[in-house]
Amino acid sequence: MDVLSLPLLSLILFVPSIAALVMLFFPAQQVKLIRWTAFLSSLIPFGLSLVLWFNFDPNQPGHQFVEKYVWYEAIGSSVHLGVDGLSLTMVLLTTLLTPLAILASFSITDRVKAYMILFLFLETGMLGVFLALDLLIFFVFWEIGLVPMYFLINQWGSANRNYASIKFMIYTMAGSLGLLLGIQLLGVLFRTFDLQIIVTEWNNVEGLLLGLPVETVKRVIFWAFVVAFAIKVPVWPFHTWLPDAHTEAPTAGSMILAGVLLKLGAYGFLRLVLPLYPQQAQEYAGALAFLAVAAIVFGAFAAYGQTDFKRLVAYSSVNHMGFVLLGIAAAAKATGTLDANIALNGAVLQMFNHGLSAAGMFFLVGVIYERAHTRNLKDFGGIFPIVPVYGSILIFTSMASLGLPGLAGFVSEFLVVRGAWPILTVYTAVAMLGLLFTGAYVLKAIREVLHGPLNEHWAHGDHRLSDIYPREVLVMAPLMVLLLWIGVYPVWILDVINKAMNMLF
Amino acid sequence: MNFPVLSLIVFTPMVAAVLILLMPAEKRNETRALALAAATFALLLSIWIYATYLIRGLSGYQFVEEYEWLPALGLKLIFGVDGMSAPLVLLTGIVMFTGVLISWGIDDPHTPTGIQERPREFFAFLFILASGVFGVFASLDLFMLFFFYEIAVFPMYLLIVIWGWVVTREYAAMKLTLYLFIGSVISLVGALAMYFQSGMNTFDMRLLEQANFPTEFQIFWFLPVFLGFAVLGGIWPFHNWSPDGHVAAPTAVSMFHAGVLMKLGAFAALRVGIMLLPEGAKYWSWLIMTLAAIGVVYGAYIAFVQTDFKYMVGFSSVSHMGLVMLGFSTLTREGLLGSGIQMFSHGVMTALFFAVVGMVYDRAHTREIPELEGMHKVMPFASIGFIIGGLVSMGMPGFSGFVAEFPIFMGVWKTQWFVAVITSISIVITAGYIMRNVRMVFFGEIPEKFHGHLPPLTFMDELAIVFLCLFMVGLGLFPSLMVPMVQTGVDHILNLLGGA
Amino acid sequence: MNLISVLPEILILAIGILILIVEPFWKPEDRHGLGWLTAGGLVLTALVSLLFGRPSAPELVWGGMLRFDWLGFFFKMLFLFGGAATVLFLMGVEQINRRGEVYVLLLASLLGMNLMVSSANLVMLYLAIETTSIPLYVLAGFLRTDDKSTEAGFKYLLFGVMASAVMLYGFSLLVGFSGTTDMYAMVEALRRSGLPLFSVIGVILLLLVGFGFKVAAVPFHFWAPDVYEGAPTPIAGFLSTASKAAAFVVLLRVFLVLFPLEAVQWSLVLAILAALTMTLGNLLALAQKNIKRLLAYSSIAHAGYVLIGVAAISTESGEFFAFSISSVAFYLLVYLVTNLLAFGVVITYYRVVGSDDIPAYNGLSWRHPWLALALLAALLSLAGMPPFGGFIAKVVIFAAAIKVGLIWLAVVGVLNSIVGLYYYLIVLKHVYLYRNEALEGQPLPIPGPYAIALVVLALGVLLLGTVFGPWFSLAEGAAAAFF
Repeated sequence: MDVLSLPLLSLILFVPSIAALVMLFFPAQQVKLIRWTAFLSSLIPFGLSLVLWFNFDPNQPGHQFVEKYVWYEAIGSSVHLGVDGLSLTMVLLTTLLTPLAILASFSITDRVKAYMILFLFLETGMLGVFLALDLLIFFVFWEIGLVPMYFLINQWGSANRNYASIKFMIYTMAGSLGLLLGIQLLGVLFRTFDLQIIVTEWNNVEGLLLGLPVETVKRVIFWAFVVAFAIKVPVWPFHTWLPDAHTEAPTAGSMILAGVLLKLGAYGFLRLVLPLYPQQAQEYAGALAFLAVAAIVFGAFAAYGQTDFKRLVAYSSVNHMGFVLLGIAAAAKATGTLDANIALNGAVLQMFNHGLSAAGMFFLVGVIYERAHTRNLKDFGGIFPIVPVYGSILIFTSMASLGLPGLAGFVSEFLVVRGAWPILTVYTAVAMLGLLFTGAYVLKAIREVLHGPLNEHWAHGDHRLSDIYPREVLVMAPLMVLLLWIGVYPVWILDVINKAMNMLF
Repeated sequence: MNFPVLSLIVFTPMVAAVLILLMPAEKRNETRALALAAATFALLLSIWIYATYLIRGLSGYQFVEEYEWLPALGLKLIFGVDGMSAPLVLLTGIVMFTGVLISWGIDDPHTPTGIQERPREFFAFLFILASGVFGVFASLDLFMLFFFYEIAVFPMYLLIVIWGWVVTREYAAMKLTLYLFIGSVISLVGALAMYFQSGMNTFDMRLLEQANFPTEFQIFWFLPVFLGFAVLGGIWPFHNWSPDGHVAAPTAVSMFHAGVLMKLGAFAALRVGIMLLPEGAKYWSWLIMTLAAIGVVYGAYIAFVQTDFKYMVGFSSVSHMGLVMLGFSTLTREGLLGSGIQMFSHGVMTALFFAVVGMVYDRAHTREIPELEGMHKVMPFASIGFIIGGLVSMGMPGFSGFVAEFPIFMGVWKTQWFVAVITSISIVITAGYIMRNVRMVFFGEIPEKFHGHLPPLTFMDELAIVFLCLFMVGLGLFPSLMVPMVQTGVDHILNLLGGA
Repeated sequence: MNLISVLPEILILAIGILILIVEPFWKPEDRHGLGWLTAGGLVLTALVSLLFGRPSAPELVWGGMLRFDWLGFFFKMLFLFGGAATVLFLMGVEQINRRGEVYVLLLASLLGMNLMVSSANLVMLYLAIETTSIPLYVLAGFLRTDDKSTEAGFKYLLFGVMASAVMLYGFSLLVGFSGTTDMYAMVEALRRSGLPLFSVIGVILLLLVGFGFKVAAVPFHFWAPDVYEGAPTPIAGFLSTASKAAAFVVLLRVFLVLFPLEAVQWSLVLAILAALTMTLGNLLALAQKNIKRLLAYSSIAHAGYVLIGVAAISTESGEFFAFSISSVAFYLLVYLVTNLLAFGVVITYYRVVGSDDIPAYNGLSWRHPWLALALLAALLSLAGMPPFGGFIAKVVIFAAAIKVGLIWLAVVGVLNSIVGLYYYLIVLKHVYLYRNEALEGQPLPIPGPYAIALVVLALGVLLLGTVFGPWFSLAEGAAAAFF
């Protein structure tokens, strides 16, 4: 049977959900069965997305593997799926991280069934956003993803989970309100939600709209979209939900949250904001760049000031995602130029890389937390000799996150900065200062955890920390391999991204 | 003439009520079984009607039956359903069935669920109510619509007063009955005016639709007719009866009440107000829209500040029914479509809400949200059901609420975009209170005082919850299970409105 | 023809005579058979009349004394039915159920009513009214040992006589102006006499006082609550239904036949009276603690509703509107059945409990669910709720008002029916909600005659409310007698 003749995208999208539905009927006590079913069924989308990756033709413009099904005919919405270079990269990231996160959650013992089911639903939600070519479907999945995440944080999170989860929910829902209204307006205007049609026609709308000049309306909706996505990214000053949510979420939740959910926001910028509002984006590129730089700098400062390891990593996400936005802002400012393209390439690659490294970092924090039941940096110190393997992995991943040349983070951040420099020189210069602090907080974390005087508490008796387990290494291994691979030889992925960006903008 | 399926469904509960009353009072379980059998039969009939309509791709008034009733006045008993009412007939079947399941009391003082006091009378009155509801949805004769409408209202009083919440039942039942009665008689006056104005000596709404009443007449009578019915639809500022009524009513009655009766008001307002007086509707749509928009936001806000679980749900109904009215007021394809679906979706959702609230209250004997905690541990089914209902309620995509609310907002965009912007605030507020209450009521640790006397759910309870959830998720994932059908109804209304 | 036209009256007379004959032959303890005899006789009378005594085209008989038409016939049948039910209820009242004169008096009154609704001559009419009233004065005060009953009888007598006198004065003026006592000839005579409008209005007002008293319309209503409370309850029921209906028919006939030209004026007066009557009746009913008084005030209010229909007979251009007359006839039909049912339940319950206070009804639904259900049907029908007759009756009355443009009156009626609903619901609350544990276990025996009457009446209320087509057609036939 030819794999390519299957409706690959729907399979990728719905296999996790179907698996989850099947698992509903499993007895709750069969923890092992549930774990392995979840893990294996999340590997299927991964396998299928590899098939996609190798059969994807980067030179072909437009979307590939397109599928379209009737959904809500009355208002002109259909289940329209497809991938291009941008979404394919993201799909790959998602399908890769989900099995790893599930593997990482094997340590969960409380209500495993519900946990795994939610996790698989979450995967469908995230993938749907990346695959959707219909605005309404995009929104549907955008919102659906919230629910499992809310419960993952709320039910399996740590002490302050109630506050964190509700904050996460309210922030995102409030943010997407503008998005919803904007989508409704577009739907009313064009009687369809098909993204391709809307992008073409929307840029041709002229004259008055709702009794206001089209330009004004576009500006308002532009900001509605920007706020929705900026909250998700998150961009300063909308980022305050993130440290709470990340810190309180269970380890795998944080991995997915940092690894994929944040990318949804950035993806929204690339998929919707730039194509739909090129003029407005250009007009406000400076403002976007300002927000980006603020995220980079304040994110870095804030991260440096943390004593909670997980919070520190959470703030580092704000910092790193700032670079993505910077790249986007640069591209918005000078659409079509070579510099813009470089910046975009950097931004997309940064999304991918940050997905890998942030997931890794959160996982590693989780590993140590499970053993020590504390995340306070001050409580550690000099534990490298006790957990050498863990220490090495932590250092490797932090370096990737810090942007050490030779590892993935360097490539993408370099590209962003290289591309943005001629376009938004001052902002980029300030961002470089932020980069400096990135180094500072990562090193601070490593020093306080691994080096310095040994906290004897962890060396003896019941408190002695055990080194990382093979299962946990198995989670980290693919991440590390990719981080190194992209760092050394990024062409395989950049080629796909670059061609996609060329065709898109 | 076809098989008279609509008369059958209208009179099944009525006949069942009489049979139930004839049961000896001691045969409590037999009475319940009889009630369940009748409800199941009605449910199957309603599914059959719905499915036939959908699968055959029908449009217009179907399953029509016509009997002469009072020739002197041109009064006939005409039954028939269209794309708007068929889903509501199904809804009634669903709520009736689950209502009986929920009320299935067990004669055991340690399992305080369902109706244990005089089940015979309870089911009899409930079924008379159901009969009236089916009658309204199926009537194509204006007079008979009123007839059944009133039949649906009066058992409510007894159901609340006898089996309701001791503290407020007398006040709430009286308030509810009087409000609804006022509303309906005011509409009735309008309906009689239409009858005489048309000069056609008929109450047949299919003919009255074509009557082309003078514009001034329509403008004068639209408001009394529409608002009279809308009282039952819970339109602001006449919503006052509804939260009190919901709270005081016993569980199954709350389900019926919020799930079906409020739809009765909205549906009648549509069918009599908008469809028969389209020019009036156009003239006054701004006012209806304003009231509805206020109701949407106000209801959500008041629900947000409630600490009583049931009041919270009650006010959320005000908010959601406001959306139905909002959709009506747009007089657009999208708005009406959305309202049609919202009536069904909200009906199922709120029935589920009240069912869950009832289960919690039966066990914990309090509805104060701060006092409840950890109910998930005792009744996981209820908590998951409530969560799904909550997601529907906040318009989460993938659930029926989204399928309904999205077109409503699109319709509002088309008419008054700023109203769309303002009312959308309610979505966030709703998300806020639903999430907060889910967390406070269902999660956390069970308080000390409840240890040991929180019996688990019965099989009937669980069945009801699963059954209701199926419809919400099914419709959310596959809108085409209902949309094309409602669409045909909307097309007809748009024709009457002059292809607006 | 002449004999056929008074077939019911002849039979009633025969029953009365029969009772007077057989009474002395029966031992006192067997004399409740008198009730069976009367009730059975009345039913038989109705059947025989329906079979053999139906009118065809309206015609004047007995030298123009009576008019043999569907209007009269319709109400005669109604009175026979109401009378039979009343007799059944009387059979359970201990002090009077074995006394033949009670039944004879009732029959005499029935006879009077039958003549009232078919009178075509003012003299005949006056005689009929007095034939109706005098036995009722006696019946109201029949319980001589009971102060309240005595007071009721006396009060009823005094007010009744005064109202009769005023009405008689009106009659005499009419006869004087026109020179004839024949109602159907009088209108032409009055027109020829060129009487000034205000004189006619004066006469109308005089007549209204008389009829107002009979139907207990505000402001001539104040006797009603005391009389209803004091009189034996079956008699109160009879007073509030049959006697009231008879008065309304007379009102219709006199006004429509004698004053067609002044229709606009008397319509207005009646509309105002209607509004006052129902509003005051309902508002006063709100405060009642005794169910008989409550029903008394509610029956005042119902007189108001009927008056809406009467006021709606004439359109603004002075034409008559047959639908309004049918609506009045139908309303009276429904009201008679419903109110008799309500009084029936009250009688039944009083017999066991010995109290007419509303709180005494606590726990009734536990003690006897079917009796509670009957009361529910009666009260909701009075309130105007389907599927009971009251709903349809109210709707047709309001429809009549709207048709002729009396929308304000319809709105007043609507508001009033809400007030009405409120106090009926209060009673139902006592019946259904409050408990009386002490009494709940005890049996609540219902005598056979009561059971029959209650079942028939309850079914009637339900039937009138669901299959209302045939009944309304009958009312239409009655209305057609005027055209």
